Amino acid sequence: MVHITFIDSSGEKRPVEAEEGSTVMEAAIRNSIPEITAECGGACACATCHVYVDEAFVPLTGEASPQEEDMLDFAYAVQPNSRLACQIKIGPEVEGLIVTTPARQG
Amino acid sequence: MVDNIETDVVIVGAGPSALFTVFELGLLDIKVHLIDILPRAGGQCSELYPEKPIYDIPGHPTITGAGLIDNLLAQIEPFHPTFHFNQLVTELETLGTPEAPAFRVKTDAGATFTAKAVIVAAGGGSFQPKKPPIEGIELYEDKSVFYAVRKMEEFRDKNVIIVGGGDSALDWTLNLHPIAKRITLVHRRDDFRAAPHSVNAMRELVAAGKLDLRIGQIVGLSGDDGELSGAHFKAGKEDAVVIAAERLIPFFGLTMKLGPIADWGLNLNENLIPVDTAQFETNVPGIFAIGDINFYPGKLKLILCGFHEGSLAAQKVHRYVYPDKKLTFQYTTSSTNLQKKLGVQ
Ligand SMILES: Cc1cc2nc3c(=O)[nH]c(=O)nc-3n(C[C@H](O)[C@H](O)[C@H](O)COP(=O)(O)OP(=O)(O)OC[C@H]3O[C@@H](n4cnc5c(N)ncnc54)[C@H](O)[C@@H]3O)c2cc1C
Ligand code: FES
Repeated sequence: MVHITFIDSSGEKRPVEAEEGSTVMEAAIRNSIPEITAECGGACACATCHVYVDEAFVPLTGEASPQEEDMLDFAYAVQPNSRLACQIKIGPEVEGLIVTTPARQG
Repeated sequence: MVDNIETDVVIVGAGPSALFTVFELGLLDIKVHLIDILPRAGGQCSELYPEKPIYDIPGHPTITGAGLIDNLLAQIEPFHPTFHFNQLVTELETLGTPEAPAFRVKTDAGATFTAKAVIVAAGGGSFQPKKPPIEGIELYEDKSVFYAVRKMEEFRDKNVIIVGGGDSALDWTLNLHPIAKRITLVHRRDDFRAAPHSVNAMRELVAAGKLDLRIGQIVGLSGDDGELSGAHFKAGKEDAVVIAAERLIPFFGLTMKLGPIADWGLNLNENLIPVDTAQFETNVPGIFAIGDINFYPGKLKLILCGFHEGSLAAQKVHRYVYPDKKLTFQYTTSSTNLQKKLGVQ
């Protein structure tokens, strides 16, 4: 199990445990994290699982694929550390991951 | 005045559930008109995941969203359904009686239909443009902020800001460029999803000084009484600057909204339409709901469930369209009558 902390737009922290091999979006949905809608269920087709990755973890979560970048065009208030949670795979290397959710997904 | 179209059945939506239902109705000699706000058939399959493989369509180990829709369109070809695209169904009025229902359907393009039954196959709702999270943007909507271009004249001799990096943003940048005073294209990154030839054409205009390209985001608007005077543009961590403009066209993709369906006198349960599971009829006799839009105990939002629901609904629709005809169950493999309708006999 890998530990992930979701911080919502008001600053409230929600620590959860996530299974290796799943995605950050799946961890959010399983734990009823607010501010993640994930309308398309992880198909990189809706941009409603937008998160900001804590700077320290940006190198560890890898880079957005071109398809993910295209979808990020539809997200709101995109920043350089923006990612789609359904495209971040959970492995041991991201232990302790911290992501912040934006106030608005769609 | 637009003529009224008379038909047996109007289907609201042209997603996969609607398409297969055309087949089931066609076998029963029932004529169909379909209406969708999108410019093409296929609903979510066409709009959200045309290139992605689906693995749970019975009999197709794998098929893409677009592939499935192409096949469905080929399958219903013999029945010549009529599609009405680019229009939103706004009104559904009940005319007849519960025993002999009749309905009037209206769209925002001014078309009206009368039908003996209506099938709501509206999925998650109609696809509508996403609005950017700019405070107060609604004050400018339809006056100086537009989410689609319906009348090009609206932009003649105006300073126009277009936001986005896909085909719509690039196409309208190129189309409006000759008539607008000045166009500024704003995108969050210097990479565009749009077709390469339009990206190249855009880059050439920028290089020739005929078009402004700014990389960043629009964070605010100024103006009076819905008349825009400028947009606040922010690049990275820099302070926002004002770009003077009288028109703004943001292209942020589409989202599904229930829309006018809420006003049609149908029972709703959290934006879904409750139906019975024998014929998928709503609380209004003659109005059916199939696919992602309906709700019943055990409901799954799967394409195959929409197919099943459409086939069962068709049986009851037959009773409304042909009250005096008896329906006998037949297989397409063995019935010469059905094969004639399919044009294979
Ligand atoms: C990324 C993704 C992956 C998926 N993968 C699968 C899968 O593997 N297997 C599976 O079985 N399902 C899958 N689904 C679900 C599947 O796409 C839906 O169950 C299916 O599209 C529902 O079909 P439908 O015809 O009921 O509605 P939709 O496909 O939603 O079509 C409804 C249509 O109605 C139109 N409409 C609605 N209201 C109006 C109105 N008032 N006026 C005009 N037009 C209107 C809409 O514009 C839309 O085009 C997936 C969905 C997504 C988003
Ligand atoms: S869940 Fe839709 S893009 Fe991530």
